[in-house]
Amino acid sequence: MGLESALGEGYLTTKVDSVVNWARANAAWPMPMGLACCAIEMMAFAGPKYDAARFGSEVMRFSPRQSDVMIVAGWCTYKMSHAIRRIWDQMPDPKWCIAMGACASTGGMHRCYGVVQGVDNFLPVDVYISGCPPRPDAVLHALMKIQDKIKTEHSVMLDT
Amino acid sequence: MALELNESLQKTIDGLSDQFTDKLIEVYQSTGDTFVRIEADALVEVCTYLKSVHHFVYLTDIVGTDRYTSDERFEVIYNLICLKNQTRLFLKVRCDEESPVLTTVSTVWKSANWMEREVYDMFGVRFNDHPDLRRIFLPEDFDYFPLRKEFPLLGIKGSIELPNTTPDTE
Repeated sequence: MGLESALGEGYLTTKVDSVVNWARANAAWPMPMGLACCAIEMMAFAGPKYDAARFGSEVMRFSPRQSDVMIVAGWCTYKMSHAIRRIWDQMPDPKWCIAMGACASTGGMHRCYGVVQGVDNFLPVDVYISGCPPRPDAVLHALMKIQDKIKTEHSVMLDT
Repeated sequence: MALELNESLQKTIDGLSDQFTDKLIEVYQSTGDTFVRIEADALVEVCTYLKSVHHFVYLTDIVGTDRYTSDERFEVIYNLICLKNQTRLFLKVRCDEESPVLTTVSTVWKSANWMEREVYDMFGVRFNDHPDLRRIFLPEDFDYFPLRKEFPLLGIKGSIELPNTTPDTE
């Protein structure tokens, strides 16, 4: 292993929080919730050119029980909102949510009675991405913001 | 303005004015299409006549309009195509706000079934003798007709339910 040769003899001290957060931050598996054209950009984000694997997020999990980050990509109708919330509730904690694009963040150009004006009406969104649709770079940026957020969280609690 | 009709459409219009002289309200052209407005009570006879005699076998679409006028507020437009002569004809009927009721043409074209349900869903125009007149897009318990002019753009708060954000945790 490379670590031993770099550190030489000896040991390393750290906090459990830091180790857990480091591990979590670099293995945030996305739950793709592709609803519209944003989903195409989300696929590019996972593909080899933009390469989400650099951040440990290459495993698109189509099962909510195996994923950590839900990327809501596209406009969400009232009818769909129930399905999304149900999938969100099936994801195990800790979990994070990205609202990708104008429609998922605010309703965007779909200013009408049938579309939920922002998925934050029923989901706790961590990161919003602007754009219509956003470039894959922007999704990577949002993922890095999620990583920053994970790294500053308290992940371990002393059970007394 | 004189109508510019091709041979088959001319024959259709002539046939309509012969058969339904007192039911025909107006015939006009706009942006290259021909529109025929008729009395609502003659709707089914006119449709049957157009289909059987003039080969308008394809009902492309049924569209509703809210004209927002005090009399004859709603207009329903039938988009017909004759596959034999490659001609298109728009048929229009109007109905009142108090009793927006027409007769179904799903007895003539089966495709009218869902299209009429859509017009009912969006405008609240009812169709007599329809086999299954339910809402097609919106929830069954929705109380409004969203394409009517008085309906607010963003809908009525609480009229469609959002999911519960505090699911019970046991």
